[in-house]
This record gives sequence, C-alpha cells and structure tokens, in this order.
Amino acid sequence: MDALSRRSWIRLAGFGTAAAGLLRSRTLRGAQDAAPTHTPAMEHAAHAMGPVGTADLSRFNPTDFLRASNFSNLAPPERSRYYRETARPDGSLLREYEIVAIDREIEIAPGVFFPAWTFNGQVPGPTIRATEGDRVRINFLHQGSHPHTMHFHGWHPPEMDGSLPEQQVQPGGRFVYEFDAEPFGTHLYHCHAVPLKRHIHKGMYGAFIVDPRTARPEADEMVMLMNGFDTDFDGDNEVYAVNTLANHYMTHPIRVEVGRLVRMHVINVTEFDLINSLHLHGMFFDVYRTGTRTTVDDHTDTVMLCQGERAVLETTFRYPGKFMFHAHQSEFAELGWMGLFEAVGARRDT
Amino acid sequence: MTPDVATAAPPVGRARLWTAILLPVVLLAGVMALIVMFDPAERFRDPAAPPTELVSAQRILLKPEGLILTVMNESPQHVTIAQVAVDDAYWQFTADPGNVVAPLRSTTLMIPYPWVAGDAHAISLLLSTGAKFTYDIPVALASPEASARNFALFTLVGLFVGVIPVGLGLLWFPVLRGLSRAALDAVLAFTVGLLAFLLLDGTLEGMEGAVELPGAFQGVALFVLTAAAAYALLEIVSAWLSTRRAALRETGAASGWVLALMIAVGIGLHNFGEGLAIGAAFALGEAAFGTLLILGFTLHNATEGLAIIAPLAKDRPRIWTLVQLGLIGGLPTIAGAWIGGLVYSQPLAVVFLGLGVGAIAQVVVQILRQMTAGRPLMARLIETPVVLGLLGGFAVMYLTGMILI
Repeated sequence: MDALSRRSWIRLAGFGTAAAGLLRSRTLRGAQDAAPTHTPAMEHAAHAMGPVGTADLSRFNPTDFLRASNFSNLAPPERSRYYRETARPDGSLLREYEIVAIDREIEIAPGVFFPAWTFNGQVPGPTIRATEGDRVRINFLHQGSHPHTMHFHGWHPPEMDGSLPEQQVQPGGRFVYEFDAEPFGTHLYHCHAVPLKRHIHKGMYGAFIVDPRTARPEADEMVMLMNGFDTDFDGDNEVYAVNTLANHYMTHPIRVEVGRLVRMHVINVTEFDLINSLHLHGMFFDVYRTGTRTTVDDHTDTVMLCQGERAVLETTFRYPGKFMFHAHQSEFAELGWMGLFEAVGARRDT
Repeated sequence: MTPDVATAAPPVGRARLWTAILLPVVLLAGVMALIVMFDPAERFRDPAAPPTELVSAQRILLKPEGLILTVMNESPQHVTIAQVAVDDAYWQFTADPGNVVAPLRSTTLMIPYPWVAGDAHAISLLLSTGAKFTYDIPVALASPEASARNFALFTLVGLFVGVIPVGLGLLWFPVLRGLSRAALDAVLAFTVGLLAFLLLDGTLEGMEGAVELPGAFQGVALFVLTAAAAYALLEIVSAWLSTRRAALRETGAASGWVLALMIAVGIGLHNFGEGLAIGAAFALGEAAFGTLLILGFTLHNATEGLAIIAPLAKDRPRIWTLVQLGLIGGLPTIAGAWIGGLVYSQPLAVVFLGLGVGAIAQVVVQILRQMTAGRPLMARLIETPVVLGLLGGFAVMYLTGMILI
C-alpha cells in the first residue's frame, strides 16, 4: 500500500532530508552558508537527567550492600542463621553459609520491577568473604523454579565446580559446595546452569572475596558489582547500575573520609555487553587486577573489565566534596550506571 | 401485575411484548454476571504470566522547553510509566494527568530534553513491568506554535493548494457552455474519472492511516463507517435539495445545481483530508521540499474546479453561485491545513478521509445517474466520448499525482 500512496512522503523523513539537500543546493545557490539551526538554550536541562522517583529500599539497600560481607548487615541472632565460623586447629576458619535460591521481583530503577532469580532474595547475592586458607562450606538450598548451581571462581576440585549438566541442582534440591579459599583476590560466584546468559542476567551472581593471610592495609572497603537488566528480554539491557539500583549512588552518595584509604572491589557481571568500565572523577587510583597480587598493575582513573573480570581499586580522597563515578560507556552511565562519592573532612593537599 | 379489567387485553399483549423483548436482555445480564463471577478466562491464565501491555504514541511535539509526548494505553489494564529515556539516557519527566494510565486513556509527558535540531531522537518509555516502548523522531524540528504567523502561513498554503486551483478550474465555465452534447458527456465522464481517482486515492490513504491507529479505534471499521455515513447523508441531503429546488422553481431542471453542490461538498471534504496531510507534513518538518509539493497539489486540484461546474453547463448560474461552489470545494483545505499543522490527530485524519471517500462515492453515483437518465448504465459507459472522458480524467489525476510521489 505504501508504494501506491501519493502522500507516502509524510513518513519519508530520510528521503525528505535528501530532497531538502537537493533543493537547497538548487535554490540557495550563491548563498554559501545557511544560518545554523539553533535550539533555544535549556538551562534547566542539565538538572533533568536521570530516572525520576525513589525506590523502596526496605528489601534491598545498595548503600548497606556496599560494605556488607558474610551477612554482617544482619543482627547477630539473624546472622547466625546464615553464617557461622568455627576455628580450625591450624588457626584458619571453617566458614559456613546458608544460601537459598529463590525467585523474587526486585526493583532495579525507581518504579521498574524485574522478575529476578536470586541468591537469598537479593541481587547481587550476599558477599562471601574469607581469608586465604579458610575452609568455605556453602549449604545451597534450591527453592527457585529452574535448575541452578553455584559456580565459584577460585581453586577447587571439579566436583565443586557447579557447571556440568549433572551438577545442576533441581528445584527443591540441595547441594553442599566445599573448598579452600584460594588464591587471595577479588572473585565472584554465579549460577552456571544453562542457558547461561539468562541465569546470569536474571541476577544469580555475587562477590567472593579472599583476603591475603597477611592482611592488606586497613581501608574503607566496598563491593561494587557492575550489572545490567534486560527488562524486555530482547538481548539488550534497559537498565545499568552498580549494585542493581539505577542511579542509587547519585541520590545516596557514598560517604568517605578525606585522607582514609578507600578500597573498591569492582566486579563486572554485565550480561550482553562486551565490556564495562569504571571512571572516577577528579582523582586517580591504583589498580590490582583480580586482586591476586600486592603489586600495583596500573595507576589510572578509568579501568575496563570484561564480564567476569574484576579488580581492586585503591585511592585516598584529597579534597572534600562530591566526586562522580560512572561507566565510561556514556550509554551505560546515562542508563543508570552513575554515582557519587561524597568525601568529608579537611582538605589535604599532597 | 393487576391489569384493569376494561382494558385488560391490550396491556397484557403489551406486557407480553415487553417481556419478550426484555427477557433475553435480562438473561444476558445474568450470563455476564456469571462470567464475571467465575472468570473462566482467568482459569486459563498462568498466574506468572505478565500482563499484556501496549502503549502507543499519539503525538510528539518538539518545543523549546523540551519534548512533549502524548501516549495512549491500549492494554486492558492500568499501566505505570516508571521511567523515560531519550536516546538511551534516563531523563526527568512530568506526566499530566499522571504516570499511571487507565485503559484507553492518554497522558502527556513533558521531558525537558535538550533535543538537537536536525538530528534524530528516540523516546523510550519503561513501564513498571520492564516493558519498553520506543517512539522515533526521524528529524527533530521545532513544532509549529499556534501563532498568528503560522496561522497565516497555513492559510496561504491552503489557498495555493485548495482555493486557487479550484477557482481557476471554474474559469472553464464559458468553454463548457458552448460544447456539444457529446463533448459535454465527455466532460462529465472526465469528471467521473477524476473522482474515481480521488476515490481510490482516498481509500488507500484512509486504509493506510486506519491500520496504523491504536487497535481500540478499529481504524478500518471507523473508516468504512464514516464513508458509509457520508454517502448516506449526502444521498438524503441531495434528495431533499432536489425536491425543494424543484418545488421552488417548478421546472425540475435544477438537478444540475444540486449535483454541482454535491460535487463541491465531496471535493471539499476530500480537500480537508488533503489539507490535514499537508499541514501535518509541514508540522513534521518536511516543508523543505514543500514548493514541489504545493506545485503538484495546485496542478492536481485545478481539475477539481472543472468537476464542480461540469453539471452546470446547461444552466445559467450566477457568478456568485460559482464562487460559492468554488469556496465550498476549496476552503476546507485551509481548515485542514490548520488542524493538520497545529493539532494533528490520526483518528481525526481517518475520519475525514472516510467522510471524503463517502462523499465522492455518492457524487460519482449521482453523476452516473444523471448521465444515464434511465438508459442502461453499461450501454452509456461504452460510448466513445464517455470512455475517453473517463480514461482521460483518471489519467490526468494519475499524471499530476506522479509529481507528489
């Protein structure tokens, strides 16, 4: 029908532009420069970026998640239901975790809900943290609807890998993952059931941090998982974030102290996109790739990570005030992966 | 029920009648209540199934203060527009009357986005369920404001496209008067050819717009309904005018005037639809190649004037009558251009295209009736002057229409 319509030009914007070009070249011969088209200034537009509204933080608060590990965000009696540690003869610890796979709708941007598959009802899953040489025992209970596994990055025997078809835990089933925590570094765990893309982007991942036997210098430590959500399941993320909730740290800046060492464990679990990155404004940081060595790999303000790749970033704020951090893929940043640090304390020029 | 004895028979009969009429209605209401109570459809539905959601754009305005998008909720339940992204960037917005939209209701979103003139943009709505709807702005250009200047400009365009060419067509009147019977037949057939082209064109255009309408409008049915209504209405009006005119003059030879008026009305409605399309095109920023467009429409529409006066060749109309007929045919273009340019709405466009098609169909039938005057239609249609006229009229519209592709 389109080809028959003599008014099809109404929608032929592309052709229209071309025709306009042709006409202009004919009618404006001699007049070299057409006056540049100019949109009236919009002073308030710069304040208008970002999502609108506020999210319900009662179920999952990215600010609390940031510094929590081994369920430290829970009160002691509640915490002991999910995490227990027992001293072993060699001085290391047996760390036991109760991890439950469960389907849950989560809020990923104010007012936008996503039918997630979760570890313990949250995305990212609880941060699991041990010291090198500790024994980690995960009692995995599957209360979700599709087969799941827990696949840890780190040394472990193949039967603990949670990746082979026969290692998938069926709904209603249980499995105990047990291994020694090594090597030290910033790692991750995620579901390895197939289809892998879906199981990961549905929210089944978390941080697995192994500290060196000789502790790193004291620091304000935080965990940041760069993630994304494909809300309409077209293979392209609609929402990006660190720790799930779009722009959360823009409206709730991360408070840090001037002069105190800040250590960020940054993990990329973004599905569908080849890479993700973190850029920090106004300052530089040391990069320890995968956190497996104590020597600095890079000194920069932008670090790029592919999916599953991670890094420990260390820096010390010199100036009080707000510092933006975001993916240096502008698209990700403007789709929610953007936040602020707010440094407090007296300025320290060094 | 206690019927009066004296008048028992008729009321009982009436009561029976009413019972017979109302019983199925009452039963139907009961069945509907049962359906709502037991909700059989719900039993088929998986509780985990997400709701079916559909939100369609009705209008996008580009203003200095940002983008203004009106959307309609076409789904059977409320939807919540949680976030708005422009070119893959979440942006602040306000929604009037709100971001929760009831079925078949609309809301207008004001997005203070610094759009770039000449660039392309895309607005995405993210619903609370995660469903995403994206609307494209192929070329960003400021939407015309309802200012005096724009009114004047659209009036000018309407004059060039509708009024002037129709008026020029009327100038052929003296030529018509000197024509022989056969030549007049050819001219009338030529008119039928012209109108047949407009009929085809309007139908295609209307159907095209109709299928793009939100489902709830049932665009094709709306188009057919308005066309049929226009046809029937004009049939009634022309019959009434004929009898009135005949009674006044007692000559019965005034059918030419009625026919001319009907043609003018039909063409006027068609030109209104044309004006809508032109105004909308200018509003969408495609005025860049508008000169060619206006030229094409002007040439195209000049023959419409001829169509109006063809039935009057044997009458002795006053100049003023001709002017009136020309205005009826041409002026609606201006109104169409105003509406299309300043408050375009696609359902309205489909309605007017439907009215135009119905009116033209009625006019074609009317002319054929006059031409045949009791003789078999098919015999008349294969006479050489008539065949040449029909083909000529269609071909002229076809050829002048080529400019508009």
